[in-house]
Amino acid sequence: MMQILAIDPLLTGELLWTPLLIVLLKVVVVFVVGLLATMLMVWFERKVIAGMQNRIGPNKAGPFGILQTLADGIKLFFKEDLIPERSDRFVFKLAPYLAFVPAFLTFAIIPLGGDFRGGNDGLVTWFGHQTRVQLADPPIGILFALAISSIAIYGIMLAGWSSGSKYPLLGSVRASAQMVSYEAALGLSVAAVVLVTGTLSTSGIVARQSTLGDWNVIVTGIIPFFIFMVAATAELNRPPFDLVEAEQELVGGFNTEYASLRFALFYLAEFMNTVTMSALIVTLFFGGPQPISVGSTTIDIPIIGNALEGTVWLLLKVLVFLYIYVWFRATLPRFRYDQLMNLGWKVLIPASLGWFILLAAQRVGQSAGWDRYVVTIATALVLLVSYSLLMLAQRTSTNERKRDGVMF
Amino acid sequence: MELFVFVCAAAMVLVGAIGVITRNNPVHAALSLVLTLFGIAVLFVANNAHFLAAVQVIVYAGAIVVLFLFVIMLLGVDQAEDLSTEPLTAQRPLALVVGIGVAGVIIAAIVKSQDALLVRGTGINSATLEDADANIRQLSRSIFSDYVFAFEVTSVLLLIAVVGTVVMSRRQHGQHVEESA
Repeated sequence: MMQILAIDPLLTGELLWTPLLIVLLKVVVVFVVGLLATMLMVWFERKVIAGMQNRIGPNKAGPFGILQTLADGIKLFFKEDLIPERSDRFVFKLAPYLAFVPAFLTFAIIPLGGDFRGGNDGLVTWFGHQTRVQLADPPIGILFALAISSIAIYGIMLAGWSSGSKYPLLGSVRASAQMVSYEAALGLSVAAVVLVTGTLSTSGIVARQSTLGDWNVIVTGIIPFFIFMVAATAELNRPPFDLVEAEQELVGGFNTEYASLRFALFYLAEFMNTVTMSALIVTLFFGGPQPISVGSTTIDIPIIGNALEGTVWLLLKVLVFLYIYVWFRATLPRFRYDQLMNLGWKVLIPASLGWFILLAAQRVGQSAGWDRYVVTIATALVLLVSYSLLMLAQRTSTNERKRDGVMF
Repeated sequence: MELFVFVCAAAMVLVGAIGVITRNNPVHAALSLVLTLFGIAVLFVANNAHFLAAVQVIVYAGAIVVLFLFVIMLLGVDQAEDLSTEPLTAQRPLALVVGIGVAGVIIAAIVKSQDALLVRGTGINSATLEDADANIRQLSRSIFSDYVFAFEVTSVLLLIAVVGTVVMSRRQHGQHVEESA
């Protein structure tokens, strides 16, 4: 029974009090860290965007306005809780939790620290028990994140539907179409990582990326990372893919009818997802809590102990990606809906599938002892021909529809 | 502990399944279906079939039911349907017969293979304990070696469905003008 949760050595053997308390402690810490990170992310985003737009941004509550999110939260808490007359009451109340809970669950499988250097497996000893600095290390590992992200669609979809109003419904239909479309590209780029690392477990994936040259962003040849990054931005419904809450068209998107605490839950889930997704990118492609090391020289942070150092590295790397997300928001204009769907279905999915086949062909060639370059070039040619055929088919169908007057 | 998990998951599955057929609102029925699928995923995990559980959630709960909901929302059939009039008159008696038939076959199969069911299986269990990835490795090895033909035939079936959809939704030249105008 104990293998259900993890291969974490803490959870094998019989049920004792200390491991149980350690797990409870981990749950509390992960929850609190998640909430704090979200709170700081909201502040960070507002402050950085303000900087990019030559404004000051929040500066009243606390030093540098760092408590602004807290103030906003308290204010939302005391607002009147509205439930629209024509809404489906049960689903309307359920939807915010369906958005909020998945946002936290993904955080559970991210390795938050530990010493992975020099072939270490990231285990730490707490109160005489070996364990990992991550809440759960399920055997399905990264598939858990994919499963949770497919569940997260329900919150948005049901929120829009149950509001009993047309703009939220339009927003939620857009959102779920977008998320379902980009999930395929997301999954295929994760598959590329799983292919090169040979394991599903997140701690296993981190353990394989000990030097800079071993980072999956380089091993998988950078393309899966780009595809993951774009698909993740679309999954998060963040700019430039924020058609879901295109204010000019949809009032406020799927959460228009929500107020008070329920709105706060959606807002929190959105930013929580951004933090989790950044952490996931770092885990999959940038070595998670591994320090930056080239060859045998490792950049060492002095004073801090080895296990804690991992946490510091993770934090630094995640910060870079959070900044990139904010940067996207301040820089890029919103996509049009047909452009969004074209990018997802006609570029990202074929590209990630093709790259996956290329990586797989290289592996097969390696084990069969074929010449590496011949295999790569031959596969690339085949893929190029298939993609040209796809393009040709698309052009023919577009021309035909233009002739029929369906499309202009 | 195992019994407790089984009872909880089985209750989820049953409550969901009953909800699917008793709810008048199609969206509520689809949500009940999600509950059932989750219960099945929990049962998979309890049997150490982690990969199947993940796929169950990703494919069924995450994609197929989302598509159901999509169709319900886009077609606007989310009002309670009028169940008193029946478009196909023979449907209900026929459904009853088929339902009882399937239940009979399942019960017969269980009674027939009673002895084999009482023995505890070991295959997946022992492999999963040694290595977390062994589960998925076993599964992929049998899919892509012993059952590769069945696997490929299934994908061709899906392809046929896609081609069929495209053909059926395609309009002939010039036919659309009256429709879209």
